[in-house]
Amino acid sequence: MSTGNTDSTISMAPSEESNGKAKTDNLRLTMTAWIAIAILSFWLFVAVFAPLLAPHGEGEMVSMESFKVVEEASFLGTDYLGRDVLSRIIYGARMTLGLALIATLLSFSTGIVLGFVAAISKGWVDQALSRTVDAIMAFPSIMLALIIIGGVGTSLTVVVFTVAMIDATRVYRLSRALALDASVMDYVNVAEARGEGVMWIMLHEILPNTIVPLAAEFGIRYTFAILFISSLSFLGLGVQPPGADWGVMVKENLQGLLYGAPAALLPAFCITTVSVAVNLLVDWFLHRSSTMIPGELME
Amino acid sequence: MSDLLKVEDLWVEGRPPGGEYIPIVKGVSFSIKPGEVLALIGESGSGKSTISLATMGYARPGCRVSKGKILLKGEDVLELDLKGRRDLRGSRVAYVAQSAAAAFNPSMKINRQVTEAPVLHGLMDENAAVNHAVDLYQRLDLPNPDMIGRRYPHQVSGGQLQRLMAAMALSCTPDLLVLDEPTTALDVTTQIEVLKAFKDIIRRENTAAIYVTHDLAVVAQIADHIVVLYNGEVMEQGTTDQIINRPTHEYTKTLMSAVRKTPQGGASHSGDDEGISATPLLQVSDVTAAYGPVTILRNVDMVVEEKETVGVIGESGCGKSTMARVISGLLPPVAGDISLNGHSLPGAVKGRNREQLKRVQFVFQMADVALNPRQTIGKILGRPLAFYHDMDTAQRKDRVGELLELVELPKAFAKRYPGELSGGQKQRVNLARALAAEPDVILCDEVTSALDTVVAASIIKLLESLQERLGVSYVFISHDLSTVAVFADRIVVLYAGRVVEQGPTARVLSPPFHPYTKLLLSSVPELRQGWLEDVMETQEARSGIAQGVQMNAVGCPFVKRCPVSIDGVCETQIAPKRLSANGHVIFCHRQIDELLSEQEMAVGTAVG
Repeated sequence: MSTGNTDSTISMAPSEESNGKAKTDNLRLTMTAWIAIAILSFWLFVAVFAPLLAPHGEGEMVSMESFKVVEEASFLGTDYLGRDVLSRIIYGARMTLGLALIATLLSFSTGIVLGFVAAISKGWVDQALSRTVDAIMAFPSIMLALIIIGGVGTSLTVVVFTVAMIDATRVYRLSRALALDASVMDYVNVAEARGEGVMWIMLHEILPNTIVPLAAEFGIRYTFAILFISSLSFLGLGVQPPGADWGVMVKENLQGLLYGAPAALLPAFCITTVSVAVNLLVDWFLHRSSTMIPGELME
Repeated sequence: MSDLLKVEDLWVEGRPPGGEYIPIVKGVSFSIKPGEVLALIGESGSGKSTISLATMGYARPGCRVSKGKILLKGEDVLELDLKGRRDLRGSRVAYVAQSAAAAFNPSMKINRQVTEAPVLHGLMDENAAVNHAVDLYQRLDLPNPDMIGRRYPHQVSGGQLQRLMAAMALSCTPDLLVLDEPTTALDVTTQIEVLKAFKDIIRRENTAAIYVTHDLAVVAQIADHIVVLYNGEVMEQGTTDQIINRPTHEYTKTLMSAVRKTPQGGASHSGDDEGISATPLLQVSDVTAAYGPVTILRNVDMVVEEKETVGVIGESGCGKSTMARVISGLLPPVAGDISLNGHSLPGAVKGRNREQLKRVQFVFQMADVALNPRQTIGKILGRPLAFYHDMDTAQRKDRVGELLELVELPKAFAKRYPGELSGGQKQRVNLARALAAEPDVILCDEVTSALDTVVAASIIKLLESLQERLGVSYVFISHDLSTVAVFADRIVVLYAGRVVEQGPTARVLSPPFHPYTKLLLSSVPELRQGWLEDVMETQEARSGIAQGVQMNAVGCPFVKRCPVSIDGVCETQIAPKRLSANGHVIFCHRQIDELLSEQEMAVGTAVG
């Protein structure tokens, strides 16, 4: 109460100088952020230049020996069919990360738009959307995916859309809840009283104030999507052989574990590095955004 | 008697984010004896809250006590270790915060929260603590003391919650009670009820108390000693009688002159209305509004002329804000009509065109939440310019600068975010956004209520000068009668969703009054000792204070709190409209003459 509310004494608000300093602080990357960015750019580089980097083709049999480090293959050895593990991990990066990214982007764009529309329109629009989402969420996601893919037939497009749709229901729930909170704020009332349309309110009033939790959710959902597509591939419904996907590779090479071959562990490890990196980045982003909140509240 | 608390040469330093430590409390000393109430008074930024927190051995984040002693029964609380301080807080020194609503956990029942401290400090077991709490509820005049603790915080009124908070603070029978602006956020009528309860219980428990406030009139009722603070330094201290009646320091005298005047008729405003023109700027006729099945406004009529300020007053829950929402189109009325210059406005925002929207602007109460924290001031002010006036980027930039100048803020503020501004500055931006539309009417919903008196006064001054220059009209909604009295040309008194009295300010504030207006007027604290006791003796107080606003569909809404209600009539019939003078109407079953003679008699006895 007694600190700094003196009207028009500008000195009590943060000075220009400290303000500028705070801004540069915000842009500074922490150690963890650097690690995350390093890992992700590494995988991005690998995915983009896969054909140039891979010593062998995606489905090319290089040796008759399974699960062996042989001369024909690179240092990671061969998988159960005698294909080069390194090359398949390199091609797999493209497939796994790319598919998951497309699926997550799709799920977020639909989930956020529908969630915001429901929260702003309320009434029957909200009811219709929410009940439909509830119905979809009532199914365990993996089972629902099995039903859809089993019914429609498998292809990369079907897999991506199925994963996106199932994930979108979760995103919808979150963004609707966030938007409901934000939509009762007076600044939304002000915009409504001014006569703004739904689009403007969504994009300019609600989205900027919900972007932080949504970004955190994006990180989590992206790793979930990788795991989900990998599980589908593992079950034989996702990426089809001879296509390389990290999930598929774990499945294919499971028996190698019996012989002490790392062919199943390596793709699993790759999945781990990506999910850890994404989450580190999200953590950094959350922290950075929270320092954008005025110092008074943060202390 | 020895001192209970002795503060010696206290220095506290604070540090803005990223800055250097600067002293905010400079060598303050005072002492309190058991059973005494000491008031710390001063404006925002005078260090009064900082001092009161220091007596609990607490410094806000970014602050530190740099020098001095705080002796509680001879023991220095600043020397205590973490455990010592934990034992001290809540049990020997207890704190009552300004906003009880924010201090209670909404998802725990009241008893759990009130009994938490004694159980935690191992002073009582659960049952004994509950019994003690019920005992305290009784002594704080809370209704239904056995049952009230079983409710959740949102199920009791604001005034009750503030008293429950006092019960929480008293639950460990502390030596010292710290009250930080406990009545500032309350309606005047509720303030009386809370003040009275605090005063009685402090007397009876023989607890010492520090009462922090900026309101001298409140202090006069409750304190034994007063310490006047300015900018972290003691200006003057002495007994209440000394400070109130014979202030010596210049600053104390300025504070005294800034005290809200008791609202009176016939001050600076023309006595008679010039009459309502045939097509007033804004006309609200026979409007009824509801949230779902709950009717909030019933048959409300109101008129706003050009370049005029209409004050809307009433306690919280009377439908004041709803009225503004209806006029702005945020809440379409169930029945009735709103017209601008004689042209009827569609009820909902969606039905209105830009020209109609532009002419009525809304300024919300809480500037904190009315400004989008993720938009710069430039964007916030630029949007209405683009929306209503189709300005391009360059035009907007110039105009934003002009608008900031208009509300007396530096142009450089366009690049800042709302979080970097103080409360008063935010409210100015809030106002500038409404001005950006170039409206005819601005609806000001409690725009000064969240600000302290000095800042609020500067906002009012700004509103007046803007009206002078731009010719804009205001609908000024407030529960603070004294603010409305100095600012408004006409007043509408709203009670439980109905207009009970309206007319020119001077007329409304002089007899005859509607009994509700009378209650409101007599509840504004006066700067003299003993006022609280006097007001509790009046018939308005006896029948009207300590009761909340209740909506009823039939009869006069005020009947339950009215000292002059007529049995069998007021409960069942809608009060008729009585014309007192030109443009001054009262809705009451009593005749104007009856009201007048009764109220003049009351005035007579009070004076005699």
